[in-house]
Amino acid sequence: MKDFAQLFNTVDQTTKTSAKTAALAAFFRTASDSDKLWTIALFSGRRPKRAVTTTQLREWAAERAGIPQWLLEEAYPIVGDLAETLALILPAAQKPEDRPLTDWITDLITLRNAEISDKKAAILDAWDRLDTTERFLFNKLITGGFRIGVSRKLMTRALAQATGQDEAVLAHKLMGGWDPAKTTFHALIEAHDAAADESRPYPFYLAYQLDDGPESLGPSDLWQAEWKWDGIRGQVLLRGGGHHVWSRGEELMTDRFPELSRIADFLPAGTVLDGEILAWDHAQGQPMPFNALQARIGRKTVPKKLLAEAPVVLLAYDLLEAGGQDLRDRPLAERRQALDALLADVPPDAPVRSSPPIAFGDWSALAQVRAGARAARAEGVMIKRLSSPYLSGRKKGDWWKWKLDPLTVDAVMIYAQQGHGRRANLFTDFTFAVWSGNELVPFTKAYSGLTDAEFNEITRWVRKNTQQRFGPVRQVTPEHVFEIAFEGIHESPRHKSGLALRFPRMARWRHDKAAQDANTIEDLRALLTAYGGA
Amino acid sequence: MADPVLTFTDRGIYCPAGDFYIDPWRPVDRALITHGHADHARPGHRAYLATHAALPVMRHRLGTIEAQGIDWGDTVQIGGATVSFHPAGHLPGSAQIRVAVGGQDWVVSGDYKTTDDGFCEPFEPVRCHSFITECTFGLPVFNWAPQAAVAAQINAWWSANAEAGRISILGAYSLGKAQRLLSLVDPTIGPILTHTAVENTNRVLRNQGYDLPDTVQVEPETKGKDFPRALVVAPPSAMGSSWARRFGRASTGFASGWMALRGVRRRRAADRGFVLSDHADWAGLHAAIAETGAEKVFVTHGYTEIFARWLTSQGIDAGIVTTEFGGDQDAVDAA
Repeated sequence: MKDFAQLFNTVDQTTKTSAKTAALAAFFRTASDSDKLWTIALFSGRRPKRAVTTTQLREWAAERAGIPQWLLEEAYPIVGDLAETLALILPAAQKPEDRPLTDWITDLITLRNAEISDKKAAILDAWDRLDTTERFLFNKLITGGFRIGVSRKLMTRALAQATGQDEAVLAHKLMGGWDPAKTTFHALIEAHDAAADESRPYPFYLAYQLDDGPESLGPSDLWQAEWKWDGIRGQVLLRGGGHHVWSRGEELMTDRFPELSRIADFLPAGTVLDGEILAWDHAQGQPMPFNALQARIGRKTVPKKLLAEAPVVLLAYDLLEAGGQDLRDRPLAERRQALDALLADVPPDAPVRSSPPIAFGDWSALAQVRAGARAARAEGVMIKRLSSPYLSGRKKGDWWKWKLDPLTVDAVMIYAQQGHGRRANLFTDFTFAVWSGNELVPFTKAYSGLTDAEFNEITRWVRKNTQQRFGPVRQVTPEHVFEIAFEGIHESPRHKSGLALRFPRMARWRHDKAAQDANTIEDLRALLTAYGGA
Repeated sequence: MADPVLTFTDRGIYCPAGDFYIDPWRPVDRALITHGHADHARPGHRAYLATHAALPVMRHRLGTIEAQGIDWGDTVQIGGATVSFHPAGHLPGSAQIRVAVGGQDWVVSGDYKTTDDGFCEPFEPVRCHSFITECTFGLPVFNWAPQAAVAAQINAWWSANAEAGRISILGAYSLGKAQRLLSLVDPTIGPILTHTAVENTNRVLRNQGYDLPDTVQVEPETKGKDFPRALVVAPPSAMGSSWARRFGRASTGFASGWMALRGVRRRRAADRGFVLSDHADWAGLHAAIAETGAEKVFVTHGYTEIFARWLTSQGIDAGIVTTEFGGDQDAVDAA
C-alpha cells in the first residue's frame, strides 16, 4: 500500500482542497479497481468490520515496543490519536513489503473469525512489514472512523475528475447500503443503471445558515417558509414492495422506526419523501420535546412501551420521487403541489404528515413567525426559493435556515480535559457549573466556540491552575466565566443538576466577569420552566 | 548524607557551596548559563558565566552584560564548587554544566541532543553522580529519523517548489534551528533569503567562525518576484505576517521535533512539517542518562512526571525539577 500511503502523505501535506482533490484523482486514475473501490468505501464512511479490539491492539503494541501499558496510555492523549500512537511507538519494520491496500483489508476481514492467538500473530507480523505511515493507516482501518482530511464530497469530486462522470450522478451511486466486500468498482461506478437499486436514497440537499435577516434574499413572494424542526432529517423510500428509512448520515433506520412502515399503506410505490422524523404528540397535534425522540435514537429494537410513549412520524416537506420518476429537477413549488396532493387523503393518525408552508406577508412578518418558534416546538424557520431544484449537499443560494437566537447562561469552568486529533495537547473539553448557594453545580460540558488563540490561552492557564487530577480530567481553580449558548433545555434525571442542554457551546469568554457573577441553578430552572416544555 | 550540591529554588537551580545559579529565571548576582535561548539566558543578572562560544550571541540578545567566558572543559573554582562546561550539542556554544563539591559531581544538561549535526560542537557525555536532564521529548513516540534523511526531504521540497516557480518559506527559531537548517540545505537549488532576526544571529556566528552558506537579508524593499527559486528562512512569528506577503503564494514549511505528531502539524497549518529537533529523542535521552553513570537523575523541561515514573520503573532513582518554562509544550517553537 505504498501508493495509498503516498496519497495520504500528499493529502496530509496540504491544506488546499484543490491539491487534495488532484492527488486523489491521480490515485483513482492509476490504482487497481479493488483498491479504488476500497478507497471510495473508506472515504464514504465504510470500513471493514472490526477484526480486533483496540484494547488488544494497545496490549500487543506495548509488548512489542517493550514499554508498560501505562506509558502507552500516557502518550496517547498527547499524540491525540490511537492509531498514530501505536504506529509511533513500534520498532522499525524488519520485513518491509509493498502489498496492495485490498490485500491488507482482506486479511483483516478474514481475521475477524480467527483465534485470538492467530489474530495477535497476524497483527504483529503486519506491523513488522509496514513503515510508520503505512502502519498508521493500517491501524486506522481497525480503530475507527477513517478520517484523514478527505471528506466524502472531496472524494466524490476526485472520482468525477478521474472517471469523467457527473459529480451529482456519482454522489447518488455512492448512497445507500452497498458493501465493498460484495460489489466491484465496475458494478458500483461504471455499470449503467445497476438495476436501479431500490434501497438507494438520494443525496440530501442541505441548507445554509442565514446569519443576518432575510431582507438580502430579495422579494419575499419568491420564497416559501416552513418550521425548522428539531428532529432527525430522513428520507423514506417506497419502492417495489418495500420501504427504507435513511438518515442524513446515511444510516439505515428502517427497523429503528417500525411505525413508519405504515406509510406504505397510504402512499403508492415509487415514492420518495424528504422530511423530519419527530416524536409526535397526537393529542396535542405537535412534536414532543426533543428528549422524547432522544429515547428512541440508539435503540435498534424498540420496546412496545416506548413505541406508545414516543411514537414517531415523518413530517414531509419535499417529494423527490413520484410514480418512480425523479422529481429533483422540478421547481420546489411544483414538488410541493405534488406532495400536498399525495398527502391530501392520508388520515391524521397516519405516521406521515405534511410540514406545511407558513404563510407570511413580508420579511418582517416572517420575523414575527420565527419569534414564536419555541412555542411551536421548532428551532426556527426554513426559507426555500420556490423555483429551486433539489440539489445535492450543502449549496448556497436557494435553501436557508434561520434559527432562533440561542439561550445563554454564564457559567464557571471547573474541569478541563485535552482534546483529540488537531486539538491534541490543547485543553478544549470543559465542564461548566452554576451556583447553588455557595456551591458550584456542574450542568454541562462544552467543546467548541473558542478561537485557537483562546484555546492556547486557556491551555496555558489550565496547566498552571490545576488543583487535582482524575485520570485525564483536571479540576481547575473556579475562576473563568464563559457564556454558554444552547438551543434547548429539558429535565434529565441522568445529570447531577437534573437538567440537560441541547447543543451547548461556548459563545464568549467573559473576561469581564468574576466567578461569583455567574448564573445560578435557579436561573436555569427558570429557563426550564419557560422553554423546557415538558 | 552530605548536603546536595545543587538545590531547586523559585529562582532556578542553585549551588549553595558556590553561591551561584544555573539558568535562573529571576535576577540573581551570579548566573551560569548553558546557552543563549531566552528561557535559559534571562536579562538582569549581575554577573554571567558561559562558554566563549555562547557569549557573543548572549551579548547580542541581552545587550551590555557583565560576563565572563570559559573554554570547553576548563575548570574554575567558585567558592567551594569546581565548575566546568561541556558541549551539549543543542546549538553553537551550548553547554552542560558540571559542578563538583566535596567529591560529589553533578551535571546540569541544559538542552541537548546526542547526535552530531555536523554544525555545532557535538554532545559529550560527562560521568557524574547526579544528572539533571531535560526531557522535552521524553515519550516513546518520539524517535528521530537520521538527519540526512530529513535534509533530503527539505531539499526535495525546496527543489520541487523552485521548479514550480514557487518560493519556499521555512519557519525556524532564529537562534539554533535556523542555522542548523542553513547548514543542511543545498545552496545550489537557489538563493537563500533570511529574516533580519535570523540574519543578525548568522552574522554573530559567522564572526565566530561557524560556516554558513551565503544568505541575502530581506529588506523592506525586497520583492519576492526577484527571487522565484528562493528559500526564505524566518522565525515562526513572521510566517503568517504581512512581512511574508511579499513572497506571494509561497509553500510554507516548519521544522521541529513536534512535527512528529500529526495533530501539532495540522495545528501549525504549514504546508509541510519536517521532523527535526535540537533535543534528544526517546533513545537519545536513555543513552545520555546511561553514559553519565549517575546514581540519581532529576528530570526537567518536558513530560517530567511521565518520564520520571518510567525511569523509576527501570530501576533509576529519578526526581522532578519544576521550572517556570517548558511546562508540557510551552516551548514548541524552540524545540
